[in-house]
Amino acid sequence: MLLMKKMAVLKSHGLFDIVLEMRGGASLSLTSLTAHELSELLDKRELSSKELTVAHLERIGSVDDKVKAFTTLTAEHALLQAEEIDKKRVHGEKLSPLAGIPMALKDNMCTRGIRTTCSSKILEDFVPPYDATVTEKLNSAGTVLLGKCNMDEFAMGSSTENSGFFATRNPHDLNAVPGGSSGGSAAAVAAQEAVFALGSDTGGSIRLPASFCGVVGLKPTYGCVSRYGLIAYASSLDQIGPLTRDMTDCALVMSAIAGHDPKDSTSAPMDIPDYSKYLVNNVKGMKIGLPKEYFGAGIDPQVLAYLQQAIGKLEEMGAICEEVSLPHTMYALPAYYIIAPAEASSNLARYDGVQYGLRVEAEDIVSMYCKTRSQGFGDEVKRRIMLGTYALSSGYYDAYYMKALKVRTLVKRDFDHVFENYDCLLTPTSPTVAFNHGEKADDPLTMYLSDICTIPVNLAGIPSLSLPFGQVNGRPVGLQLIGKAFDEGTLLRVGYSLEQSTNLTKPLPALKGGSRA
Amino acid sequence: MKISKQDVEHVAVLSRLELSENEKENYTETLNSILEYMELLNRVDTSDVEPTAHVLPLINIFREDKPHEPLDRKMALANAPDEEDGCFKVPRIV
Amino acid sequence: MSQKYETVIGLEIHVELKTATKIFCPCPNEFGGEPNTHVCPVCLGLPGVMPVFNKRVLEFAVKAGLALSCEIASYSKFDRKNYYYPDLPKNYQVSQYDLPICKLGSVEINNNGEVKTIGITRIHMEEDAGKLLHGGATITSSNYSRVDLNRTGVPLIEIVSEPDLRSAEEARAYMEKMKAILEYLDVSDVKMEQGSLRCDANISLRLVGAEKLGTKAEIKNMNSFRSLQRAIEYEVERQTEILDEGGRIVQETRSWDEEKGITVSMRSKEEAHDYRYLPEPDLVPIIVDPKWVNELRASLPELPDARKKRFVKELGLSEYDAGIITGSRALADYFDEVMIKYNDPKTVANWVMGELLRLINAGDMEITENKIKPDQFAALLQLQADGTISGKMAKTVFEEMFATGKGPETIVKEKGMVQISDEGALATLIEKVIAANPRSVEDYKAGKEKAIGFLVGQIMKETKGQANPGVVNKLLIEKMK
Repeated sequence: MLLMKKMAVLKSHGLFDIVLEMRGGASLSLTSLTAHELSELLDKRELSSKELTVAHLERIGSVDDKVKAFTTLTAEHALLQAEEIDKKRVHGEKLSPLAGIPMALKDNMCTRGIRTTCSSKILEDFVPPYDATVTEKLNSAGTVLLGKCNMDEFAMGSSTENSGFFATRNPHDLNAVPGGSSGGSAAAVAAQEAVFALGSDTGGSIRLPASFCGVVGLKPTYGCVSRYGLIAYASSLDQIGPLTRDMTDCALVMSAIAGHDPKDSTSAPMDIPDYSKYLVNNVKGMKIGLPKEYFGAGIDPQVLAYLQQAIGKLEEMGAICEEVSLPHTMYALPAYYIIAPAEASSNLARYDGVQYGLRVEAEDIVSMYCKTRSQGFGDEVKRRIMLGTYALSSGYYDAYYMKALKVRTLVKRDFDHVFENYDCLLTPTSPTVAFNHGEKADDPLTMYLSDICTIPVNLAGIPSLSLPFGQVNGRPVGLQLIGKAFDEGTLLRVGYSLEQSTNLTKPLPALKGGSRA
Repeated sequence: MKISKQDVEHVAVLSRLELSENEKENYTETLNSILEYMELLNRVDTSDVEPTAHVLPLINIFREDKPHEPLDRKMALANAPDEEDGCFKVPRIV
Repeated sequence: MSQKYETVIGLEIHVELKTATKIFCPCPNEFGGEPNTHVCPVCLGLPGVMPVFNKRVLEFAVKAGLALSCEIASYSKFDRKNYYYPDLPKNYQVSQYDLPICKLGSVEINNNGEVKTIGITRIHMEEDAGKLLHGGATITSSNYSRVDLNRTGVPLIEIVSEPDLRSAEEARAYMEKMKAILEYLDVSDVKMEQGSLRCDANISLRLVGAEKLGTKAEIKNMNSFRSLQRAIEYEVERQTEILDEGGRIVQETRSWDEEKGITVSMRSKEEAHDYRYLPEPDLVPIIVDPKWVNELRASLPELPDARKKRFVKELGLSEYDAGIITGSRALADYFDEVMIKYNDPKTVANWVMGELLRLINAGDMEITENKIKPDQFAALLQLQADGTISGKMAKTVFEEMFATGKGPETIVKEKGMVQISDEGALATLIEKVIAANPRSVEDYKAGKEKAIGFLVGQIMKETKGQANPGVVNKLLIEKMK
């Protein structure tokens, strides 16, 4: 195999300073490979997990001062995990396809004994005494945790500028935001600092950064991946999902993290599917809806052009693409910005300085609460807590919260209705490519509008995937595929088919990461 | 104006937030523009619509009444900003 | 008290359920323990945790609802009640707001013979909060407090009554009835001192004949039946005075001060209560299967009222006696067990209500803490019945049994308390006493029947009380014929 040959060359030259010529001439190094490619090398013992981990740690060392994807690095822990897996492999133990693969977690997923901050000062020193279910699952799959990824504080934001610590940069263009709130996770994967990462998506927080950073991001069906140990933003909308370099990795990671969890009462009672079986390059006869509300004013013409190219490609492959309508789309965003902050105002009440996290000392408990929360939370978090508290407060509940829950029903019905006739929907993930740092930072409402294409999906609880498809001025464009509840399979199949038929789905960042350079 | 500075102050008390004058003004302004946008919802007729609190139609998720080993107290208190005699210590409760 | 006002009382009772584990996590549900040793990430409310509902809690709540003739909701859900307090780790309590598990029930109370039906508004399920231990003497004089979260997440049901109670006595009778029913159902320890049964009272007055309810005060912190009654009596007096002076009642929460015997206004919080209820997104709705409810209904134990009726009808006990004995399941069960070995309801009832309850109350104990085993109790009554010991001796032996847990035979033997009933053994002694007291004998023969008492007394003295007085009496009469 070509790959094997290249690896041999790589090894003979000393592992990490070699840049390979692969994939039509693009420059690639060891850290640019996908999990399934690396898995093959690991299996064949062409490579050890420790070597792979060192390569990623070095890559992080060389680029993360620019990208700033990580809040916490767990190098020692990673090397121990890698050695452990290498030993198991030597002993011939049966290992999962992700065994020995270095990855990163968004810093809102609990890791026992490893600081978990939600990128908030209020949790800056919080060390959970327990693992999230996804952490446990990835541990048992034998993955290697490189570190925890930066995010918008408590997942509230669309640019990762709202981190309580620092902003993350888009590896494709350091002047651009990586999207949010899982900006650190997406940037880490795009910048080749991690083979894959997990993010969480409440209103687009996996898909928007996936789109802006040019990686694959999947928000699974609500209830598909356990939320136990995911620090809640808006419980009825939050969902964990993978950020990967391609569709095959997306399927691999999903197979590792999905499935029923008795610790999460909202977890769907389902068997863990083998998502890889949906990686089929065939969309013949498939009916794909194009919701006209997502193609209206405000969409960047160059983004639209790529979408049309994708539609053309799908039709060429035998899919039937037709315009459909989701009439309540415009109401999804205001409904979301009532429901999510309302839940958040309750979820974030626990950060009070009593048991863990920041405490600002004061004479009495109420002052301690107020000072701690005021100094511990950032501006946007406080804004959403206030908004949510207001929406739930006496006299406003029906006008805001109840109204929003009813609109949620209508948004969901729109999707139910079109899915009677269509297998999936295709839209842009965002009407534009990544915007510049600071561009929307002063205007919350404009920032909220970044999620206009992704939010309806969370309200309906259905799965949705963002797939890179071309670049505008070096900034990636993302296609969004939306599917029926628990039909991640169709999204994987359509995404895989597009990936196999074009060279637009793997934009490589210009960011040069010379190791030891 | 949907929300006054007094409303903002009241909501801050309910939220246990202490706001500076600057913040009060900033939040009054930004919350107003957001709430104005929320007005969109009033265009939708929801008179015969049931609310959706849970998107999955799950019901009756139970656990058996079987005990587990509780957390070691050292772990329970490991993150405590202040502790005394195995308890979390808090300032005066008014 | 004047008859100008009518007292209107509604009670909110919190009952800790005796499940093995907490309501939303598998931590042990045990009273006490070293602080923060019955906790886990879930009940600590750590970031990221999620609740999973304990099915046994639903079972116990439905049982309580059935016993109180409630409608069991076909669709029920949990909500979050948001408020900040350091004993509440998440700063919201998972409770039920608009769709409680049970509603519209009733219970019959008996207040000194007057029977009355009290409406039950609702029963809902919720999690208990932790405990605060104060650095100083009281919450307000302490400059810091300690938080113990062992109790956090212990399952509770809250039973809310209609404002149907009209006096402190009725409130107490209602509370006692609730305790009895919950004890019969075996769903709670119902110990007011330990806090497994707690109650808040909403009290208002209105002019006799008025329909509209007056402004109410909510009284908290009553830790016994006695304090419940005293607190209400005090509060009625307080409100009467205010109204008589033309004042207005302030709607507020007041705390009962047991030592001073008064209710005091709890510092009004800086904000009006705004709990901002929202549906708990981490828990799914409950749809109760009617078949399961019927199974639970069929499995309910005999409840206090039914048992009382049975004791009156089948055992011939008086209403009063049956009421006392069936007022506690433990006591009624004990009574039944004694009856298995000694089938004389009247005697057993007298002993249980007289001696046993006297000693239990004196020791401030629970029935279950009583050391006398039912078969020992029965054996004692048998010893008395067959004349082995006298009634007086039996009481002495009973006290010893109660104190030591020893069997009656052992105690009788140890103390040499066996009664002498043997006529042969007593004959010589009787002759001796007759010979020594000729005057009494003459008095008796002259018709002064009382004189025989003196002679019996002499014999009892000689035998250190061990002679069977009946036999002695009989022998004396024979000898003096």
